[in-house]
This record gives sequence, C-alpha cells and structure tokens, in this order.
Amino acid sequence: MSFIPPQTDLRPAAILAISLALFLASSARAQEKPYFVTYSHDLEEPGNLEIETKTAVARPEGSTQYGATALELEYGVRAWWTSELYLDGQATAQDSTIFTGFRIENRVRPLMRDHAVNPVLYLEFEDISGADKTILEVVGHDGQTDLAGPNGDARREHQHEAELKLILSSNLRDWNIAENFIAEKNLGHKPWEFGYAIGVARPLRGQASGRACTFCAEKFIAGAEAYGGLGDTSSLTIAGTSHYVAPLIGWQLPKGVRLSFSPGFGLTSTSLARVYRIGVAYEFDQIGNWFHSADGVAQ
Amino acid sequence: MKPSHRNLPSILSIAFCAALAVAATVHPHWDHVPAKDHARVSPLAGQPEAVAAGARIYSEHCAECHKADARGDGHKRPSLRSEHLRSAADGDIEWFLRQGDLAHGMPSWSSLPAEQRWQLVAYLKSIQ
Repeated sequence: MSFIPPQTDLRPAAILAISLALFLASSARAQEKPYFVTYSHDLEEPGNLEIETKTAVARPEGSTQYGATALELEYGVRAWWTSELYLDGQATAQDSTIFTGFRIENRVRPLMRDHAVNPVLYLEFEDISGADKTILEVVGHDGQTDLAGPNGDARREHQHEAELKLILSSNLRDWNIAENFIAEKNLGHKPWEFGYAIGVARPLRGQASGRACTFCAEKFIAGAEAYGGLGDTSSLTIAGTSHYVAPLIGWQLPKGVRLSFSPGFGLTSTSLARVYRIGVAYEFDQIGNWFHSADGVAQ
Repeated sequence: MKPSHRNLPSILSIAFCAALAVAATVHPHWDHVPAKDHARVSPLAGQPEAVAAGARIYSEHCAECHKADARGDGHKRPSLRSEHLRSAADGDIEWFLRQGDLAHGMPSWSSLPAEQRWQLVAYLKSIQ
C-alpha cells in the first residue's frame, strides 16, 4: 500500500527531519564513529537511548532515484550489551513511499576489558521486504538490480533473515580500525551469504578545548569504510558481487546532536555508481531514571 | 537453628569474600594496573587548561552517571571524590578509563583520544 501518491516530493520530509533535529538539540550528547555500515566495539552506554536516522540516497542504473531511511533506536542494556530496533522505509521517485520492515539486533562484548583487538558478537533478526533499500550491509551477490524493481513488485518478497557478525575493533592511538565479517541466512530456503565491512576513523584533533565551541577540529571525526559481498555457500566467489568505498565525516554539534555524511562509490559493475548517506543522531541520557524516583524506587 | 561454632570459619570466609566482591563493584583495583601503565606520567600535568578541558569532557561523558558534583548517586554509581582516587597515580586512572569495568557498568573510554583521557585525569585529580 502506498502512503503517498507517485511523484513524491521529498522536501517536506527533509524539512521535518531538520526541524526535529533542531528541536531535539537541548542537553544531551553523543560520541561515536561516523560509520554507516561498519561497527566498531563502541557500545551504547548503559541506560542511554540513542535515536538515529540513517538515510541512503542513490539511483540504480535503469531506475529512478530513491531515498531509504532506517530509524534506529539503540539502547545500552549493560555496559557489555547493546540492543537495537530498526524501522526501515523508502521513497522512490515516480513510484511510492513504503515501510519496508524492521530489524532487531543485539551486540555483546564477551571480554570485559579493552584489548589490542576487541571482539563483539552481533546477532540480528530481520523481517523486511524485497523493497528495502537502506543498504545497511552488502552480502552475497547483492547488486543494484535488487534495488531497481518497482516497489509494488519488490514488496511482495518477504525476507525473514538471521544475520551474524563478528566485529573486531581496535583503538590505536587516536585511530579506530574495525573489521566486520558478516554471515546472513534467509530463514526460508536460501544459502548462507557472506560479506565484509572495514572502517577507519579518527578525530581531527585529539585534545579538547577548554571552552565551548562548534567548529573546533576535535568536533569532527573523519575516516573511510569499505564494504561488499563475498558470495554465498553455493557460489563462494567475489565474481558478480558489489563493493563500495566511502569517505566519512562526522560532526558533533554543541548540544548533543551528531551529523554524519558519506559519499560512497561503487567499485564493480554490479554496484551502485554512487550512494550518498546522511545520518542524524541524538542521545537521551539515562532514560531508566525517568521511571524511578530519586531514591531509586520505580514510579 | 543456631550455626555451630565449627562452621564459624567458613561463615567468616564467605562473609569476607562477599565483602571483597561488594568492594570490587565500587572501587577499581589499582593493584591490577600493569606497572608500565601505573608509571605513566600525564603529558598534560601542571597545565591549568587541561583541567578546564577535562571539566568539559566530564560534563559531556561522566556527569550523567556520576552526577555534576562527581559524588555519584549513592547506589551503583560511586563518588569520584574519594580516598581511593586521591591515592591513585595519574597512570592508574588513565588505565581504568581506557579499560572500563564492563561487568560492573563502567564503559570503556578507549574511544576517547588519549589526550582527552589525560585531560579528564587532570580534572578528576583537581576535585579531590
């Protein structure tokens, strides 16, 4: 079912998103890498809730431009365990705007101390349609043809998938280096599909200023990520797979809003030529305390 | 039923271990800090601006749990104005910030640049 008619005008949605971000800019803060696909070993602080939108804008060959957004609710259950809910949707020019499904994921750090390489175990369940275009990971032989079909046809395909990731991440001086190994299984009949993501990032300046500032170098984090598919169990090859490289920039605004931007470039003929990503995040501190009185009693 | 005196050593041992476990939830063990980390000297020692910057970092990352006055919440979030921190070397505190104590709710701050961790150390030492 289309919520709005064809010839979608995306400007009201963009204005709404910017207004929401400005409205939320009140008192909290966030500090994370500006990765869109790669995960580092940073988990959400316990009791905090981060709300983030990750939007991908692209134009598959032979199709029209689309914008796909994942609304991410990330909660720190424990210092070693983060749980997330994603709600996905997309709008395709000259087609429709649709909700494309949800994802539930959990990330767990099995080691309680920081090491040279820090493993994180990741488990996700996805209930999405074939019209999902958020490209939060690339696995198997995913390609731009998967993103080019009309929404009316693509949404008939339902995907119930389990996804496992092994996240390895290191903080070396001020650099973060993260490697993700992905295995995804359609719970129906399809084979295991594999993929990877690699990211590096660092703040432009290490020392913090003693005064409040908006455009200080330490408020910006720059980096790059690369990601792609590695085939599946029936065809374990990189032939016919998609691969991307994407520079990243993240900007920590003064009152807790974080913006990130990444232009991605496809490296193979099956990849999208370009995909632009925009992220807006806001973190609510200690939301568990909202439901407790000062003496620790639940209200 | 009254416990017999023969069980007293076992009861005391269990109570002692329990007390240690409770203490472990409140204070990091500085004696677990590797010698090379313990011996590290802050590159920002004696710089007043490091304290000011550390105060800003504290308000952004730490105050939500340990409160703006660093006295904690009296429950799970300990006060950072304590003899335990007063007695710690700069290197001990920087090591603990980097490691965290995930099992007891303290995140690792290894994602902060090293200079910012030292600025935070400067601030924490200044409020003791």
